[in-house]
Amino acid sequence: MALKGLDIFKMTPKTNCKECGSPTCMAFAMKVAQGAVDISKCPHMSEDALATLSEATAPPMKTIKVGTGDAEYSLGGETVLARHEKTFVSKTRFAVNVTPDMDVEAALAESSKVDYDRIGERMHAEMVYVEYTGDAAAYTEAVKKASGKGKVLILGCKDVEAAKAALEVCKAEKPILNGADASNYAEMVEVAKAADVVLGVSGASLDELYDTTAAIEKLGYKNLVLDTTGATVKETFANTVQIRRACLAKNPDRTCGYPSIVNLSKLAAGDENMQIALASVFVLKYGSIVVLDKMDYATALPLFGLRQNVFTDPQKPMKVEPGIYPINGGDENSLVLTTVDFALTYFVVSGELERSGMPCNLVISDAGGLSVLTAWAAGKLSSTSIATFIQENVEPKIKCRKLVIPGKVAVLKGDLEAKLPGWQIIVAPNEAVQLVKFLKDLKANGEI
Amino acid sequence: MPFNGKSGKFNASINTVEVGCGEKAMKIGGENVFPFYTFDAPIENAPKIGVMITDLGLENEPAGVKAYYEGCTTLGEIAKKAAEMPGADFVCLKLEGGDPNGANKSTEECMAAVKEVVDAIDVPLVISGCKNVARDTELLQKAAEVAQGKNVIILAAREEDYKTVAAAAGLAYNQKVGAESADDINLAKQLNVLISQLGVAPANIVMDVGTAAVGYGFEYVVSTMDRVKAAALGQNDTQLQMPMITPVADEAWNVKEAMATEEDMPEWGPQEDRGIGMEVSTAASVLACGANAVILKHPASVATISKMINELM
Repeated sequence: MALKGLDIFKMTPKTNCKECGSPTCMAFAMKVAQGAVDISKCPHMSEDALATLSEATAPPMKTIKVGTGDAEYSLGGETVLARHEKTFVSKTRFAVNVTPDMDVEAALAESSKVDYDRIGERMHAEMVYVEYTGDAAAYTEAVKKASGKGKVLILGCKDVEAAKAALEVCKAEKPILNGADASNYAEMVEVAKAADVVLGVSGASLDELYDTTAAIEKLGYKNLVLDTTGATVKETFANTVQIRRACLAKNPDRTCGYPSIVNLSKLAAGDENMQIALASVFVLKYGSIVVLDKMDYATALPLFGLRQNVFTDPQKPMKVEPGIYPINGGDENSLVLTTVDFALTYFVVSGELERSGMPCNLVISDAGGLSVLTAWAAGKLSSTSIATFIQENVEPKIKCRKLVIPGKVAVLKGDLEAKLPGWQIIVAPNEAVQLVKFLKDLKANGEI
Repeated sequence: MPFNGKSGKFNASINTVEVGCGEKAMKIGGENVFPFYTFDAPIENAPKIGVMITDLGLENEPAGVKAYYEGCTTLGEIAKKAAEMPGADFVCLKLEGGDPNGANKSTEECMAAVKEVVDAIDVPLVISGCKNVARDTELLQKAAEVAQGKNVIILAAREEDYKTVAAAAGLAYNQKVGAESADDINLAKQLNVLISQLGVAPANIVMDVGTAAVGYGFEYVVSTMDRVKAAALGQNDTQLQMPMITPVADEAWNVKEAMATEEDMPEWGPQEDRGIGMEVSTAASVLACGANAVILKHPASVATISKMINELM
């Protein structure tokens, strides 16, 4: 809850000493309230006042960092419950579940085959969840095998000694120790503190989870994630939603202000389609980490697509890189078509072109990530921008001299013919869905 | 001190719309909480699942769909089998054959298909067009007549043709009107207002606010549906309290992820699994955003989504 300038003013020494850089304490307090100046600029603030203020001005949901180097990820830090209100900031991360009794290396190698690029974003399961099954030595061995693979480890282990031993081999990678519950939290906090890792908290019910988290906060450890997995799907959904809602409420309950772990490997073991369905729900509704049995393309393609859509900034359109995209094995002699770099347009157009089965080259020039008509109206898609891109990037590589332009900018045809001598300009239909028939007709008429 | 969360129950609620007739009639909508938020207040009517079939039969369907309908030779038999699919609540007949750029069947042929399906099943029916606006205007108003007395949903009346389609479906033949708009809360509301002004009662309108497959601009779908539910429940906007129905199958099975053959994309693995993945993920997502009914086609997707709804309710 934000403090008003006057509330802050009451806590200042009111001496107008100017050491903070502001002419008066009142002016300083106003600036702090706006977030323009940090409270620590005042050297005379009492400890108590500082503590109250930093508590009041801290974000309601903590940002928790896990992993190291390239495999370092931020979880949480959300400020809204729906993406249209502002932006979701920390993507849902996917973890693959392994246990000591399976061939850990083989399982991870299989899931690591899914590693690809989608509109400039690397798509792969970023985490590995290592589940404890009762044998500490085997557990450490499994953790050892899973470490060093560029993935964040999550140790699903409630046995204090086993957790301690496993952390010895992997703590440098900054894993998550998902092991605290009502029975062991005091010891687990010590283990997590000693290894300086994030601690996962779970509970038999939402109340128990809440109480345990509050008790851990009292011990002074706030580097936490909450395992909201319950006994059933229904309970898990209720836990996950209610916790997120409580921490982003008008009067935030900071004990709920942590990222979540949802373990679908427990809730829908062995049912891949059910895991896809539930993972989709938890990408939309507040799962920070979702644990799955495995990662293959049938799972990855929908889930990563969904995640990329949901976690875009509503104010910033998704863009594809400008360039020449060959479709259906298009080569230097294949037809050239062009459209804008707005990701949605690109996907729809390239999908239809693929459906046509015709080899062709889709040329994307920089149009500010806007749709065809918007880009044209904003002057970002013009005969000059297209002609320049064609001359600089396409002519050296492609021999075909037939260019298809979007129907919505048919008006550019004349200008383009003038600016691109030697090219035949063909106007496509208005909607992408008509492309398949359009290309078929062109071919039937012998125009291409 | 136990967890103390505020209830998110609203004073307003979504309209309840009854579709079909007799014992198998179904109710959609009626809830006064966000999707699946049963911890805030009980949700009386669980979301429903429809199975899409087309008048073109099974030729273009994936192997698992063909296998399910094995032995069915007529459209009536296919419809009957679709109605029996485990997890399904209703059937959606898509008049794909009417598309002038496709099979271009005559209106009589299309209506014969509607008649055959209407006579074959006793579960609720949704009739959707071929997506060609000019053709759908004709097909759907005739279909409303042919299915008279069955209380079907005519999907859909659009801004361009609502005067004819919504008038035929909602006024002349007492069917339910599906109002289709494209991913924009204002357009959705405007169409509801226009259709209401024709004299169609709000209890006879359902909305298709537009959809896409996950990964294909799905953020617009999420935000439109989120905002529609927030306005309907939070601000008691009566012109947005119609339940939502979302046709998923057509979108999910028509993107690269579902259409690329294993030959073309060997590393992607079996094609049908990917199609099911796209259908399941898209359906689960629109349900989480507030769809009161989804239309799917693969038996594996229907089974999974039905199980998911049961477990969440």
